[in-house]
Amino acid sequence: MQQTPRVVERTFREESGQILAALIASVGDFSIAEDALQDAVEAALRQWPREGVPRNPAAWLTAIARRRAIDRLRRDATLMRKQETLTALAALEAAQDDAATDADEIPDDRLKLFFTCCHPALALEARIALTLRTLGGLTTEQIARAFLVPEATMAQRLVRARRKIRDAGIPYQAPPLRLLPERLEGVLATLYLIFNEGYIASAGDSLMRQSLSTEAIRLTRTLVTLLARERELPTEPEAQGLLALMLLTDARRHARVDAQGDLITLEEQDRSLWDGAEIGEGLALLDLAVSARRRGPYQLQAAINALHARAVTAAETDWGEIALLYARLAELTPTPIVELNRAVAVAMAQEPAAGLALLDDPALGARLDDYHLYHAARAELLRRAGQPQDAAASYQRALALCQNQVERRYLQRRLREMER
Amino acid sequence: MQYALLIYTDEKQDAEATKEQMDATMAAYFQFGEQYKDKITGGEALMPTQSATTVRAPEGKAITTDGPFAETKEQLGGFYLVNAENLDEAIEIAARVPGAQYGSIEVRPVMAFDQ
Repeated sequence: MQQTPRVVERTFREESGQILAALIASVGDFSIAEDALQDAVEAALRQWPREGVPRNPAAWLTAIARRRAIDRLRRDATLMRKQETLTALAALEAAQDDAATDADEIPDDRLKLFFTCCHPALALEARIALTLRTLGGLTTEQIARAFLVPEATMAQRLVRARRKIRDAGIPYQAPPLRLLPERLEGVLATLYLIFNEGYIASAGDSLMRQSLSTEAIRLTRTLVTLLARERELPTEPEAQGLLALMLLTDARRHARVDAQGDLITLEEQDRSLWDGAEIGEGLALLDLAVSARRRGPYQLQAAINALHARAVTAAETDWGEIALLYARLAELTPTPIVELNRAVAVAMAQEPAAGLALLDDPALGARLDDYHLYHAARAELLRRAGQPQDAAASYQRALALCQNQVERRYLQRRLREMER
Repeated sequence: MQYALLIYTDEKQDAEATKEQMDATMAAYFQFGEQYKDKITGGEALMPTQSATTVRAPEGKAITTDGPFAETKEQLGGFYLVNAENLDEAIEIAARVPGAQYGSIEVRPVMAFDQ
């Protein structure tokens, strides 16, 4: 029976997104739905050790949560306007009746939840927190730890986000077809930010950070599956492209930091440590995405990472093709960061001087002067070009701007090499 | 739900508009009003902030000052009240307000009171 709390926890982690989505669909209010589910989890922790784990734990949690939501709505009818309360009650009671006949069926409303949690009217940090809490089933404390903020701050952020959803009338629905591409972009950007937050080794609880990447992959996989299930929607190759990009990047996780926690560059990584299964899945997804013949920034970035994944050694990397893909990416998303990456690829494909010429473009330099990776990239190319003094100056500039301890150690090592 | 669409534009620029530009703006607003006549429940255009007076009465006694309280780049120049299904619909309507092309529209839910 000591296993029971773990069954509760696992059920909650795996099913809470779907249970919550269904609850919100009938209640129409995030806070009431979440409180009701929380009550149900507490009831499970009390009852399951005594009475045994029910045959379908998720259905059990849903039924209890629905009952709690009904109680809450009846008790506190002033919470919402009367008509809305009555509608919500009717929907909940109908769902309860359905459940009695078909106990295993929980409707999957998670796609709507993605679009609500990632609505552009919410601040980006609120979107991230809400997505992880509501769809990912992470606790407020876990999210706070991952983003290095006090739990009270994160709790407040979530409260404010749910209040805005309710008060501003952010709809709980998948957007109409004509709005889908632009709205999906916001969902994908949120998921990509969560992934990057976990992937970029940074200060704080490194284990929690890794699980952010895993969580982002899990959520994106769910999104891709849900989108594929919607018959009337056109295929969205960018969602598949993002999942491929995450998998192909995450596959290098074990190779990019050594036993001391120091950064290992792509060139120096032991490629036998790359995760073959993730690479295989990523490449297959990318092929599928590309076959829709609607290119987009995530597919292009995944294609770039696929070229790295396919190179057996660093020397065999097809840098010419990578430079070309960055040029196409720059057409779609003309950002200085893309230009920076393109310059590095050109340098690798041709010679350092060619990349340096692109980096030294005054407009680019002005926009990236406060970005440590710009100076780090310049330093690398100067080092390769055999200009150690200039390289050292750039490494110093990068160090002055870099906050990340792992990256700092790498830059310091390079700087010492230049000064030898 | 009912929303207020608050139209903020740069008054200085508005004042520099030529007769043709002003006519075009009027025509655009007229067309907008026609297109959304089923959704719009009210709205007004406001005189520039030069004509505004700010009143405070901390102890019941009016203290009157000239103009708006804070200097900002864009000023409230008018508003619409619209009925929209949800925020998504309100945003779609707000994006069609002619002022959105050169200023900004603040979308604010109108508070609903129970009897």
